[in-house]
Amino acid sequence: MKGGERGEVSTISIRIVGVGGQGIVLASNLLGEVALAAGLDVKKAEVHGMSQRGGSVTCDVRFGEKVFSPLTAPGDVDLIIAFERLEALRNLPALKPDGVIVVNRQSIAPSTVIAGMAVYPPDVDERLRQQAARLIFVDGPRIALDLGDPRVINSAVLGAASPLLPFSLEQWEEAFQARLKNKGVEINLQAFLRGRAEAESVEAAASGLPTA
Amino acid sequence: MADSATLVSRCLLSGNEAIARGAWEAGVKVASGYPGTPSTEILENLACYPDVYCEWAPNEKVSMEVAAGASFGGVRALATMKHVGVNVAADPLLTLAYTGVCGGVVFISADDPGMHSSQNEQDNRHYGRMASIPVLEPSDSQEAYEFTKLAFELSERFDTPVMVRTSTRIAHSAGPVRVGERAEAPCRPFAKNPGKFVMIPAYARRRHGVVLERERLLREFAEEDSINRIEWDLLDLGVVCSGIAYQYVREAYPEASVFKLGMTWPLPERKLMSFASEVKRVVVVEELDPFLETELRAMGIPCAGKELIPREGELDPGIVRAALTGQALEPRPSPDLPARPPVLCPGCPHRGVFWVLNRMRAIVPGDIGCYTLGALPPLSSLDICISMGASVGSAIGMERARSPEDERPLVAVIGDSTFIHSGISGLIDAVYNGTKITLVILDNKTTAMTGGQDHPGTGRTLMGTDAPVLDLVRICEAVGVGYVRRVDPLNLEETRAAIEEGLKHPGPAVIVAESPCALQAGVRQEALVVETEDCSACQVCFRLGCPALSGSEEDVRNGRSCASIDPLLCRGCSLCEQMCPRHAIHRAGEQTEAGR
Repeated sequence: MKGGERGEVSTISIRIVGVGGQGIVLASNLLGEVALAAGLDVKKAEVHGMSQRGGSVTCDVRFGEKVFSPLTAPGDVDLIIAFERLEALRNLPALKPDGVIVVNRQSIAPSTVIAGMAVYPPDVDERLRQQAARLIFVDGPRIALDLGDPRVINSAVLGAASPLLPFSLEQWEEAFQARLKNKGVEINLQAFLRGRAEAESVEAAASGLPTA
Repeated sequence: MADSATLVSRCLLSGNEAIARGAWEAGVKVASGYPGTPSTEILENLACYPDVYCEWAPNEKVSMEVAAGASFGGVRALATMKHVGVNVAADPLLTLAYTGVCGGVVFISADDPGMHSSQNEQDNRHYGRMASIPVLEPSDSQEAYEFTKLAFELSERFDTPVMVRTSTRIAHSAGPVRVGERAEAPCRPFAKNPGKFVMIPAYARRRHGVVLERERLLREFAEEDSINRIEWDLLDLGVVCSGIAYQYVREAYPEASVFKLGMTWPLPERKLMSFASEVKRVVVVEELDPFLETELRAMGIPCAGKELIPREGELDPGIVRAALTGQALEPRPSPDLPARPPVLCPGCPHRGVFWVLNRMRAIVPGDIGCYTLGALPPLSSLDICISMGASVGSAIGMERARSPEDERPLVAVIGDSTFIHSGISGLIDAVYNGTKITLVILDNKTTAMTGGQDHPGTGRTLMGTDAPVLDLVRICEAVGVGYVRRVDPLNLEETRAAIEEGLKHPGPAVIVAESPCALQAGVRQEALVVETEDCSACQVCFRLGCPALSGSEEDVRNGRSCASIDPLLCRGCSLCEQMCPRHAIHRAGEQTEAGR
């Protein structure tokens, strides 16, 4: 009988969502690295190819003592990190009822909206507030604008999610050093800390993830 | 030294990175492939290791033949491709299965259940049965690494090509991998052996018997080796599974006893029957076709399978949990939101061609690549997408089929890499048989959809060396096309004129629309701006489907938004400037330059 792997510490399941081209894969790589460096088992699932061309993109990162599936079952996600508001709303059904969602204050109109075939919902924030028990907004574009580099939005958003995750600031810094290899480590870390500070002032960040 | 070895020993690798590492450690000397999601990164990674020749072949058939030749020449060889690529390589593969190998031959079939970036979701395990060759199915990155190494051993031990079959969730998922070091495999120089290498009927008949005996030996291996293992737990439920489905099963139903097949062809019949006899109920959990289920039923093992597990699309732990427990996790209802399909990038040179074809109301047989997105609104130009190179052949067939009264222009489109892959054969057909087709080669100087790989037309190899540039205009002229023009697809008028002239040409006509992919470095030009005072809010430019163009929230005319250009997204291609009826769009000028 081989049942010894039951009853272990739960896996934390994170889904990063947004629009192709927003740096979602890069953010998931960082998250994977920091979890691996912390000595955890890690699985990460992403999609390449056609869906990356400006379409909806999702990427799962899961870590814990022992992780089997790289994909999270719908409704089992502990934390959604949304790089775009509409994608936050689209992926909300995947979240656990008491899960947390971090939403970047950025709107990117889908091609269907630009072509006049659909309307970008004017009430995304309200609907998110109604449906998500625990919601954290982070103004990634503003942080990036303040720091003068639009490419650091993803670090700011990751920073806003970081108070919910069981990693120290030192561990995050090491992951940034390892991933970025001196290319903009400093400015990305600044963006990360700004995002982190925004989230720490929000109540939803205080009590951690449902499984943590 | 010991410390640095420990440091690299555990790292987060994608399945593709792990396969590259495994192949390199196995001493692979020659690797050939054609880019295709989700297989592409294997060769890109392998090319970073020393002492291995890696190449992009023009198509998968050539890459399989290169691997075969390298093997006969005495070294270990790898071929990589996506699932539909194996169809292209199937011709050499099914006879390579007869000849067997000298140096080990492993090929990767990267399947795409759910069709994240594919035109079908065929299940390539069938090739194992059809070719009578072993199929290994890793279930995570660690196994992708280990199975690749094992595959080379099996190939040489059993004198057979070996297929390692992954899927998107193996290839593009990452997990920790403990890696080792490279072991050089000895080269065994070619020795004449016509009975093995020359598959004329007399020799091939003999080899078929060898193949069947080999399959029997492989079945014995499957019975004994730990690659197929049983994880015993409660005996109420016994699950048979392989690949990524194993992970879903372990997560969704940890109490089940699991028969994990690492090798899904040939199957260990005795071991499976013994497992089935120990458990109350057997369920086969597999993505796509009932491949294992059919075999189990043929063995006389009562089991459930596709009545519980969907045959279409990808599985996930939720689907498997629902199937095994009958308890579905109640997902919240999906909100009704505007879809966000993938789109051509801002500045994409294909956009100009599709704009012209849309205006001409042309029938457009298309092909496989980023430009397949030209089928989607608002451009809605591309009409057919079947397989690599099929635009040309299908244009020939359509031209021969349609009534002379049908006055719609017929213009096929194909990418540069796809044309080289297999479109050129269709063009030779058109010239030879005198079929009047008009073909636009969308030459963006890269294999764009898979992330920008080099090909014979780019002037660079996978190893980073310079290469002769295949001149598409001269190629077309050489096969006998009477009308060949090179145009800049970012010049709408020039493109329209060349296509119209090509349509008037009595024989086959080719327009090479040459402009580099917008994602290539150095392509970006100064962004454009909308002069709001001149914009009449006609929104004609929105029909380009450019992500950089959208309705302004501030500037509204008669209830309609004026156009607005996102300076971060705009790549300055100027298509919108050329088509704006009010000339309200122009380059941003000094001010924006200074602001950057």
